[in-house]
Amino acid sequence: MTGPLSITLNINDNIIFLIYFFIGIGFGFFLERGGFGNSRKLALQFYLRDLTVFKVMFTAIVTGVIGLTFMDSFGWIDMDLIYINPSYLWPGIVGGLIMGVGFAVGGYCPGTSVVGLATLKQDAIFYILGSLFGMFIFGETVPMFKKFFYSGHLGDRFVISKATGMTMGQIGFIIVIVALLGFVGAEKLEKKFGEKE
Amino acid sequence: METKKYTNPYLAGVGLGLVMLIAFWITGLGLGASGAMMRTVVAVEKAVAPDHVNENFYLKKYGGEDKNPFEHWLIFEILGVFAGGIISGAFAGRIKKETNKGPQISNRKRWIFAFIGGGFFGFGARLARGCTSSVALCGGATMVVGSWITMIAIFAGAYMAAWFVRKLWI
Repeated sequence: MTGPLSITLNINDNIIFLIYFFIGIGFGFFLERGGFGNSRKLALQFYLRDLTVFKVMFTAIVTGVIGLTFMDSFGWIDMDLIYINPSYLWPGIVGGLIMGVGFAVGGYCPGTSVVGLATLKQDAIFYILGSLFGMFIFGETVPMFKKFFYSGHLGDRFVISKATGMTMGQIGFIIVIVALLGFVGAEKLEKKFGEKE
Repeated sequence: METKKYTNPYLAGVGLGLVMLIAFWITGLGLGASGAMMRTVVAVEKAVAPDHVNENFYLKKYGGEDKNPFEHWLIFEILGVFAGGIISGAFAGRIKKETNKGPQISNRKRWIFAFIGGGFFGFGARLARGCTSSVALCGGATMVVGSWITMIAIFAGAYMAAWFVRKLWI
């Protein structure tokens, strides 16, 4: 069956909502399994002492890249029908840098803070309240910098293959190789800087 | 119950990746997190000042006119994330009231900085149109130019800021 099934089988929204509850369970489960409920474990990546985040995240990305590339070539998924994040260069860079500061200071990112809350981490509660406040401020102030918010628009479905003229498989292959080298590097860094348990 | 060790990171990563692939295959939408928080903010604003939400181009997208900000897949997904965290934490004996922090600071100080950090992340996530879940994870897997740039910016910002806040963690 060619995915996304919601479109090809025309699935009702309420059923999608229910399915998403279960997808969320899987998401939260593996985040917690990986240690992402613990803010200090997350933050120690920035001191090269614990590179779990890098390893989990890039393994997930590589799994996604390989999976989507195969599914596309098998005809199991129509890549033209799946959600692609729009590319707005300047707000993407500035927003990313601000998120980075928030990550180092706050220890969590939004998804992991929910897992922190689920496992009763008190700092996660304060992080979530802070996030809600930051988003409130954004919503209230974005009309003042609307032009910047829409600046540097590269395209709505601007994937790397389209930008470079290479195929999805070629880009995926490069990402996999770079990630594998990154994993080797991460293991070495952890041996050098890591905390002895 | 004894606390179990975390799963091997590569194994957890494959698990996360497979969940993402299933999400793409069934719904075509992938994963997210910060959008659910934004929707919560808009829902509160709408309850207090519905006209204000209608007048703001950004808030209107989420809860303008008769739109219910909570009627969205992200809300159900994030409830699932919470449940999944409880399930995994319970199996591993990790559900424990505590504050994670470096050895040099008090709980209170950690809470204040958690709030500040959350504030930055929340603002940045809306500016970049998504957080580590939808932009870095899903945008990374779908190989989107803007998402990879944002992902690199997140890590660049974090590694630069880390030195200044090292007392919080080490």
